[in-house]
Amino acid sequence: MRSLSAPLDTSHHVATPEGVELNLRVAGPVPRALAWLIDLAWRLAALLVLAFVASVLGEVGTAVFLLSWFALEWLVPAYFESRSRGATPGKRAMGLMVVRDDGAPCTLGPALTRNLLRFADFLPLFYFGGLTAMLCNRQFKRLGDFVAGTLVVYADPATVARQIPTMEPLRPPIALKPEEARTVLDFAERAAALGPARAEELASLVTPLLRDNTPPVQQLTQYANYLVGHAAD
Amino acid sequence: MRQIEFERRFGEQWAALDQWIAVHNGNKTIKDRPPVSAVPWLYRNVCHQLALARERRYSPQLTERLHQLVLAGHHVLYAAPAPNREGFLAFLLSGFAREVRAEWRVVWLASLLFFGPLLALLMAIQIWPDFASVVIAPQDLAQMQTMYDPENERLGQRPASTNTEMFAYYVWNNTRIGFQTFAGGILYGIGTLFFLLFNGVYIGAILGHLHQVGLGPQIWSFVAAHSALELLAIAISGAAGFKLATALIAPGLRSRKLALVEEGRIAFRLIGGAALMFFAAAVIEGFFSPLIIDPREIKYGVGIGMWLVLLGYFCFAGRTRGA
Repeated sequence: MRSLSAPLDTSHHVATPEGVELNLRVAGPVPRALAWLIDLAWRLAALLVLAFVASVLGEVGTAVFLLSWFALEWLVPAYFESRSRGATPGKRAMGLMVVRDDGAPCTLGPALTRNLLRFADFLPLFYFGGLTAMLCNRQFKRLGDFVAGTLVVYADPATVARQIPTMEPLRPPIALKPEEARTVLDFAERAAALGPARAEELASLVTPLLRDNTPPVQQLTQYANYLVGHAAD
Repeated sequence: MRQIEFERRFGEQWAALDQWIAVHNGNKTIKDRPPVSAVPWLYRNVCHQLALARERRYSPQLTERLHQLVLAGHHVLYAAPAPNREGFLAFLLSGFAREVRAEWRVVWLASLLFFGPLLALLMAIQIWPDFASVVIAPQDLAQMQTMYDPENERLGQRPASTNTEMFAYYVWNNTRIGFQTFAGGILYGIGTLFFLLFNGVYIGAILGHLHQVGLGPQIWSFVAAHSALELLAIAISGAAGFKLATALIAPGLRSRKLALVEEGRIAFRLIGGAALMFFAAAVIEGFFSPLIIDPREIKYGVGIGMWLVLLGYFCFAGRTRGA
């Protein structure tokens, strides 16, 4: 299964000490660029406000402005990424977060490292180096991510909870292999989201399982009810 | 076991772990939650159940729900401990010096590449004064000259600037130069090499020129106090950059990817220490260096003292008997 799905999705597998595998969904250049733009926007806005305040305060204002600029450029993004959400406001808005390669939350050290390396990613112009690096590896790492050992992944759950509609359970006419049973379950959970015509079309393809004139979607849903363990008569 | 029975049997554990994570992440509405001592047990159970759910091909929804729960638990359980003050103090008092000594190869390389051109230019300009304007534009040299005019009330500043302003400017500018020198290391060291040579040449040319036109007393009494912190910080930033370059050029028996992460950790501590040095240098450069103190020798003395203290720190701090 892995060999079939590997070229298509951007998931990154991490084995945990408990012996299970976590699948992290790695974020590509486009959402990350948008997140960067959002971050750029609020940082510029903050600097504009500060510049205004600075002009009122005079000499001390200039100092405050320069120190804030320094912090906004190098420290503040790292601070956000080392917090529990692991994301700058821009990343959060795009549903992204920074984690370490082993799936653990990002800490201050890696967060600062990847932010200091942004200077190298920016070269030669407008993050061209970072983009090139991202397109050259399966985890979309920019140079800073390589050094810090971090990944940018999607933070939100992939799916919304959907229930299999409860129906009279029905034993499938032939014994199903585990993988086939899982496909039937998957279909039953998603059928409602597919749209009636498409669900009908998909369900009618499974000819070996269909036996009478009941609508195919209903038959598959009944099998699913049987498979999850509702007692059949 | 059928899926329904599986859910019925273990659903309580999932809910309990869910609640505990929610409370941990700041949800204040949940009142009852499992005791913290139960959490590792709960978490391991849920991990086991996720493995079972995958193996038994339970529905994708259930598997995904358990996966999300494990992922959230992983984040809570494997979160790093909060940084503590003792660790930071230990780094300042001894850890940083130890790190610099351990990385003596790159530290020496960066120091030679930075101090070499600096001293070379400084001396060359005493012999061929016109050489300064080859390296630095004449109008910049002229502007530098006005900043160290003996008539000024403060050294090294334009008349309109204040100490606080200049302090902030030094933090903003000098630390950034250090960061650039470090980050340039990822380009196989070329960026680091460039910034070290460039800054060495630039600083050497300015010092040489100002000394040569007769502003020696002003310039030396200005730079004396902060020179040790600032110049060594540039060299250490370069060393941090060369650590990244080493990982790429000579990763040894590791993959380049792994070498980068491992050397990157060391490089981060070096650049972190250097950033603190830049900050300390900015405080001195902003508030102490511009003062005109009579006799000037006091400031020279402070400068020499700073060099001795820092070199002593890097040579001896954190050495333990027999180490």
